[in-house]
This record gives sequence, structure tokens and C-alpha cells, in this order.
Amino acid sequence: MKTGTLKQILLITDGCSNQGEDPAQVATIIAEQGITVNVIGILEDDDTEEPTGLLEVEEIASCGQGVSQIVYKQILSQTVQAVTKQAMTETLQGVVNQELKQILGNQQTMEELPPEQRGEVMEVVDELGETCDLEVLVLVDTSASMANKLPTVQEALIDLSISMNARIGRSRFSVYQFPGRKKAIHQLVDWTGKLDSITAIFSKLASGGVTPTGPALKEAMHQFGKKSLRRRFLPNEYGNIEEA
Amino acid sequence: MNTETSKKPNVNLIKGQTIKGKWHHHSYYVIRKLGSGAIGTVYLCVHHNQQVALKVSKQSTSISSEVNVLKGLKKVQGHHLGPSLIDVDDFIAPNGHVYAFYVMEYISGDSLPDFIRRNGQDRLFTLLMGFVKDLDMLHRQGYVFGDLKLDNLIVSRNPVRLRWVDVGGTTLIGRSIKEYTEFYDRAYWQMGTRRAEPSYDLFALAMVVLRIYYPNGFTKGSNPKKILQQKINLAISSPSIKQLLLKMISGEITEANQVKDFLVHYFTREKRKRRGATKRNDEHYYPLLEILSILTISGGCYLYMTLFM
Repeated sequence: MKTGTLKQILLITDGCSNQGEDPAQVATIIAEQGITVNVIGILEDDDTEEPTGLLEVEEIASCGQGVSQIVYKQILSQTVQAVTKQAMTETLQGVVNQELKQILGNQQTMEELPPEQRGEVMEVVDELGETCDLEVLVLVDTSASMANKLPTVQEALIDLSISMNARIGRSRFSVYQFPGRKKAIHQLVDWTGKLDSITAIFSKLASGGVTPTGPALKEAMHQFGKKSLRRRFLPNEYGNIEEA
Repeated sequence: MNTETSKKPNVNLIKGQTIKGKWHHHSYYVIRKLGSGAIGTVYLCVHHNQQVALKVSKQSTSISSEVNVLKGLKKVQGHHLGPSLIDVDDFIAPNGHVYAFYVMEYISGDSLPDFIRRNGQDRLFTLLMGFVKDLDMLHRQGYVFGDLKLDNLIVSRNPVRLRWVDVGGTTLIGRSIKEYTEFYDRAYWQMGTRRAEPSYDLFALAMVVLRIYYPNGFTKGSNPKKILQQKINLAISSPSIKQLLLKMISGEITEANQVKDFLVHYFTREKRKRRGATKRNDEHYYPLLEILSILTISGGCYLYMTLFM
């Protein structure tokens, strides 16, 4: 069974969007393109309860068919890889459920199968999750309040790459920050198989209080399209990653 | 569809609640919470007057995955590798949501640090010897334990053995580790990949030993390898155990069997050394004994002569 490539956008932010389109709506459009939107909201160390600014986090992920999680920065590394993996499993589960509906008719999903059969289906989902190719576009909010969290974000991304590269399937990542200076987003790392070598990528911080999450997501969606176009012209690019 | 899992609230069972399976109709009476992890929560329950452990989660997929592992282990049991699987089912919570759960054997016992505090450091390495044998068997079956840590280990009482209680991280060899904990994870310490290989477990096992000496753990700093070496050197007094741990974290030892051989070797050498030491002590007394016996015999002769002759 050929799985193709799972596509995800991972949004890491600490606050509410305040400029441009509604991010939840953009996430719905992105999900329509077969790209999952996952969101991680980072809490301040002294936050005791979830601040209202982060309510949006859940909404975006829900519209983007993805997973959301709100965490303190200390456990960011674990969260980033867990969210990515969980979203992969859920997407694959969605695909398997589609198939099940076609085979068994009516509204049969995995969850409704007896435990024994569910286990067998799960084996397939696990296998797919291990072998499918994965593309993650990481979109990091670099507005002023994120400054003290960025070193942790960077560490978490390196960790994500370690986790995903331990799989049998290929993984590719790219990192963008928003807001960019002139455009909605600014590229930090182009599509690459390994993020281990990134150092101090978040050197340029945007000042000012704007957080245009919606436009940034929209722009990020287009980066998937662009890449496939370029890949058609540069078949070698993929070959190199395979060796790595 | 996809967000169904995320929207489901976390499940919380209370003491006295009865969980009835949707498919197999078995009932479980909840006694108390045993612990909770990334995936789900484990409760102590009673079923037919028998104590069992019940793991429930809102992620039915993870439960299915774990059950698959437990079944994989069950096929070749005879020898107990981890808790045995008793039942798999769903239950409908009062809130209307369906939660997947599975029931396994309840292993009672002490945590490893408690056991060592009570029985002394020496017992640690005898326990480990038995444990690496199990670990080796697990590896031979094509699995890596993955999330090996103090919280996942228990010293069972009858017989006294170190056993693992949660197979949530158990992964087929060659795949990526399913679940891990930073302190015990070799990739976190920049000492290797997160791919499931026997050496991944051996690194974690070395960290388990270290964690006993450093209950609060420590962080990696800027040179993780150096920190690890320092901590080992400070904590362990025996040079050969020190050497063993260093080899386990560097990945020089690739099979659990090698650890067992090393420990067997260590124990026989220790015993020989100890026996050697006692012998020398005995020898120390030999001249004294000789003089004493000569004196008593000659004394006896003297008395006999003076009294009867």
C-alpha cells in the first residue's frame, strides 16, 4: 500500500492573532487541501491558568483537522513530537476510516469495531505511520513576547527532527517565522531532511505587537504548492535527502 | 472526524465506580488510581475477587497499539515478560463518550529506590542481573521496551524480581521509539538516535541506575556526554560497575546479554575477592593457634608428670 506524503503545518504561538483574516477560517481552507494544521500554545512560566489569548489555539487546530496542546515551555520538546505523531495517527486513522466506510458501508469507523478487529486495523495504522513520508512546515510566532521562548522552540525543533528521522519513512521540514518584514512570513530554513544543524535561526525578531496569524497560515499553505512545483524541476533534491 | 479524540474530555474514574465492558460485559470495581502517563491512566480494580490493573485512555488508538504489543508478548510467554493481558473492551462513561480500556495482571511490590533503601545497595545488581535476562528475551522477540524508567519498574515480592509494568513505549525493533522520557532518552543526551535498538534500552537502564543515586535527576548542560561521565564517576565506587555503566551509555554494549555476562563476572570476582580476604584473616591466626596448642599439650604433659610420676 502506497501512502504518499502526510502534510502538516505546525503553528507555535503564545497569543492571539490581531491582524488580517480569521486564522480558524484559513485553517479550514488548508485542511480542505489535505494539509493538517496543528497548534501549540506556549504559556508563560507564571501563568496558573490558561489565558484567554490561547483560546484560539484549540479553535484553529479543530478547524485544521489537527491537534492542539497548551504547554509550559519546559516540556515543549516532548509536546512538539507528541503532537506531530498524534496528528499523523489521526490523519491516517481518518484515511482508514474512509476505506472502512467504503468496505463496510454505513457509518462504520475504527472506534466502532470490536476491540479484536480494531487491534488488527491499528496494526495497519501503526505500520503506515512508521513508513509514510512526512512534511512539516513549522510556523513560529516571533512577536516580541516570544523572545525568551525561542531558544526552547529551537531545541524542540531539533528534537522533532530526531524523532521523525528515527522512522522508516522520509521526513522533511521547513521553518518559517511570522510576521516577516515585508511579507506575512519569512523563511528561516528551506525544506530539509534534518534540522539538527540549525543554530540560532531566530536571530531576527519582529518588534511591535502585531500577530497576523491568519495571513501567515495562508502564506504557509502556498509554500507546500511552491515546493512541489520546484521539485518537478529539481528531481535531485529529493534524492539527496534519501541518502541522508 | 479527526478532532473527535481531542474534543473528548479526559476520563476520570472514581473509587467505587463499576466499569462494565461494552463487548465482553465483564465488570470491574474501581479501588484507586495507580498512576497516569502521557497516554492514559491506570487504576487498581477488582474483578471476580482478583486485583487487576485497568488502563483507560481517551485515545483508543493508543490502547489498541499497546494491546497489540501485550498480545505479541503473550504468544511466547511461559516466561513472564511484563504483565499479562486479561481483557480489552470499551465502556460508555456517564458523559456519553466511549473510552477504550484494557485489563492486565496487577503486579504489586515496592518501587526500586524503596527496595534498595530497605535491602541495601548490593541487591541492586542482583536484581539487574535477572532484569537484563528478561530484557534480552524481549529483544529476541523483536521488541525494544522504549520508555524504561524508575516509574515503570516494580520489585515484585514473591519471587523478588525487578519487573516492568507499563508497555506503552514498547516498539518493534527498527521503528521509532513510541514513548520516552527525556532523562532516560539517549537522543536527549545526544548519545544516539531514537530508533528502537537493544542499545536504546541499555542506555535507559544505565540511567535508571544513575537515577537511584540522583533522585532529582540532573540536566544535560552544554556537554551532555561529559556530564554523564562525571555523574557516573561521582556516584559509583566500584571501578568495574563504573566501567559497565560507561559502556552502556556510550553504546559500546549492544546486547542485554553482554550486561548479564558482565554482572555475572563481577559477582564471581567479588566473591572470590571476599573469600580471599577471609582466608588471609584465618592465616593470620594460624601461628597463634599453633603456639597455644603446643602450650596446652606441654602444659598437660607437665601436669601429668608432676602429679602422677
